[in-house]
Amino acid sequence: MEEVSGYIGNFTITIRKKARYVDTSVCNACAECANVCPVLKPDEYQMGLSTRKAIYIPFPQAVPCSYILNMDDCLGNNPIACGKCAEACEQDAINYDDEDELIKREVGAVIVAIGLDVYDPTEMDEYGYTRYDNVITSMEFERLICAGGPTEGHFVRPSDHERPKRIGFIQCVGSRNPEIGRPYCSNICCMNTIKDTLLLADHYPDVQCSVFYQDIRAFGKSFEDMFQRSKEAGTRYIRGLPGDIEEDPETRNLTLIAENTTTGQIERHEFDMIVLSVGVVPPKDLAKISGLLTLSKTSDGFFMESHPKLKPVDAPTRGIFFAGFCEAPKDIKDSVCQAGAASSRAGALLNKGQVQVEAITSVIDADACRKCGACAPVCPYSAIKWKKGEVAVVIEAACAGCGNCGAACNFDAITMRHFTDAQYLAQIRAILAEDPQDKVFVFACNWCSYSGGDMAGISRMTYPASNRLVRTMCSARVSEEMVLEAFRCGAPVVLVSGCHYADCHYINANRQTVKRVQRLWNKLEKAGVRPERLQLEWISAAEGQKFAKVMGQMEELRKTVTKEEIEHAMEALKPKPRKAKKEKEAAAVTG
Amino acid sequence: MDADPKGEELRVGVFVCDCGLNIAGAVDCQAVADYAETLPDVVCVVRNKYTCADPGQNEIKRAIQEHKLNRVVVAACTPLQHEPTFRACVKDVGLNPYLMEMANLREHCSWVHPGDKEAATRKAKDLVASAVARARWLEPQEETTVPVTKRALVIGGGVAGMEAALQLGDAGHQVVLVEKEASIGGIMAQLDKTYPTMDCSI
Repeated sequence: MEEVSGYIGNFTITIRKKARYVDTSVCNACAECANVCPVLKPDEYQMGLSTRKAIYIPFPQAVPCSYILNMDDCLGNNPIACGKCAEACEQDAINYDDEDELIKREVGAVIVAIGLDVYDPTEMDEYGYTRYDNVITSMEFERLICAGGPTEGHFVRPSDHERPKRIGFIQCVGSRNPEIGRPYCSNICCMNTIKDTLLLADHYPDVQCSVFYQDIRAFGKSFEDMFQRSKEAGTRYIRGLPGDIEEDPETRNLTLIAENTTTGQIERHEFDMIVLSVGVVPPKDLAKISGLLTLSKTSDGFFMESHPKLKPVDAPTRGIFFAGFCEAPKDIKDSVCQAGAASSRAGALLNKGQVQVEAITSVIDADACRKCGACAPVCPYSAIKWKKGEVAVVIEAACAGCGNCGAACNFDAITMRHFTDAQYLAQIRAILAEDPQDKVFVFACNWCSYSGGDMAGISRMTYPASNRLVRTMCSARVSEEMVLEAFRCGAPVVLVSGCHYADCHYINANRQTVKRVQRLWNKLEKAGVRPERLQLEWISAAEGQKFAKVMGQMEELRKTVTKEEIEHAMEALKPKPRKAKKEKEAAAVTG
Repeated sequence: MDADPKGEELRVGVFVCDCGLNIAGAVDCQAVADYAETLPDVVCVVRNKYTCADPGQNEIKRAIQEHKLNRVVVAACTPLQHEPTFRACVKDVGLNPYLMEMANLREHCSWVHPGDKEAATRKAKDLVASAVARARWLEPQEETTVPVTKRALVIGGGVAGMEAALQLGDAGHQVVLVEKEASIGGIMAQLDKTYPTMDCSI
């Protein structure tokens, strides 16, 4: 994925079709090319447990059923360096000059199903994954037990290719561990280990499996039955995670030291092989896709859905849906279910054939426009067309309604439909009409900070009742005038809050928020107003806890603001004469 | 009587929701309703047990007709949950949906300030005052209808992406499936057997 533009029903996407150097339409997967290729590289599909050539098929059942040449591994673009595969190919399918191709497509709906990455246990050094050959991960286990794997399903340990008889499994490696920043349960590892013990018991009845765990989570349909079968097959389940693993340099056997939390005893167990039941992590491409589609993520790093119960497959951005692991850890069955739900939601949109867009776009008053062009460069969607000496024009279909341009216009020439300056000024004045000194005035963006406040509410987190929130679509809608007006009305503290800097729902509109707040800090300082009284915070929709914490901090700050400071700001920030027109309009708002 | 930008006489109705005890448990809803009556251009205030339920919605519709309301403020929960509900409700009796405004007395007030009814009620009053002030400046808006391109994009060719693409295809839609690796299949293709049925992954 290279680029996405547009909105619900009308996305334009640009895809980079990577060069494969093998024409899939003629390759018949005869393997002659790989047979002559002199390059050996670790086979990613086999978790590096065997090798592949520079030209290879990822796995026998691959779709498309075609070979691929990895140019990084190939002896060189210059076929004179080698060129053996091209010579061997009877189909003439190999083309060293193949190039990436950019493909553009129009689509109405997008389903994001970018999956997961498997946790890399290298950082958990106590388990010796990098030091001991016979400590493997559960993914490596899959390849070693598989008939299509490097050992054709003969389960052997890496150090001496002998069949291990005593096998230990360690659960929650990279899961439920706040110390390494992975506090969540990966969902699938308990059942995967139970499955592994049953596979071993089936293949080798003399094998003794021991599983070290915190809790066994066997909650799904027929899961408990599998757990009981595993125990009946002789698997020992020991409650307690090991602190250390030692290797006997002679035998290469491993001794695992763990506190059995059921008996309270420190136990030592010797194994021929240890399997780390590794957790799952958000895919590394998540940030890129998130940026392209303006999505946000929850605190564990997976995608944030529109509503955790009522819209579980909808992204907050309309027309985009989630399927599978990238939304949260889930197993195959749940992924299939969610894929069905996502395709049904997307299908409903496509079937309908048309969609209504909220009437919150920007409108430029051609008479009021001074042709300065301040609005055009701040639009994240390039929806404002402006040429020097000409009135700026909004392309309505491209406008997403963030309000950045409205806040940038110095001449009141831009009206944000349904979120006008007059509406905000009226709200500010109404809220601060009485006892403003007791109130913290908050601007919160619709997508993140306002929702973060909702999340605090849903989670029943308590915080001081001094804050008064006003919702803007984006934090970039908050104009200097709106903040100054709050101070003029006697607000001791004003908070501008929005999506995290890199997670703005409107691509990068909140960069303007930062610029605007910085300008305001300078202005406040010049006017002799303590700049800390204006605060900027990024609070995501998932961060109810942070929302509550920030509101507590704002209340503490409010208590430090004196009556004199408030009165000084009210006086010092009065509009200058050139704002007379705005003031007149403001007077009308008060009624 | 104040006039809105178009010079029309403003008639605001305020509907204060108890939400059972969700709001009424922590906020003095009657005090909020009494306060709302004092706000400019408010001609009708109704207190409901559950404003989103049919009786609550019918009350709004009845009041719009009876009091010729041209602005509606629903002081209840977060607009992110029920704005579509109340927009549809006022539209049902001919009011432009953009003339309805919500005050979030639940997620942003009662649920987070359960221990201090006085402070929560003070805040609730301000939130209603803010919503009424905004409502007085609301203008009717017309939504644009845009066509939908009848093609879907699926990003990722693992089990979820493949299944989603197949189901959309079965329903007769064109699908573009994008996969970054050389083959579809994802991580599942690397598994041997899968629980709970112990069948092969591919």
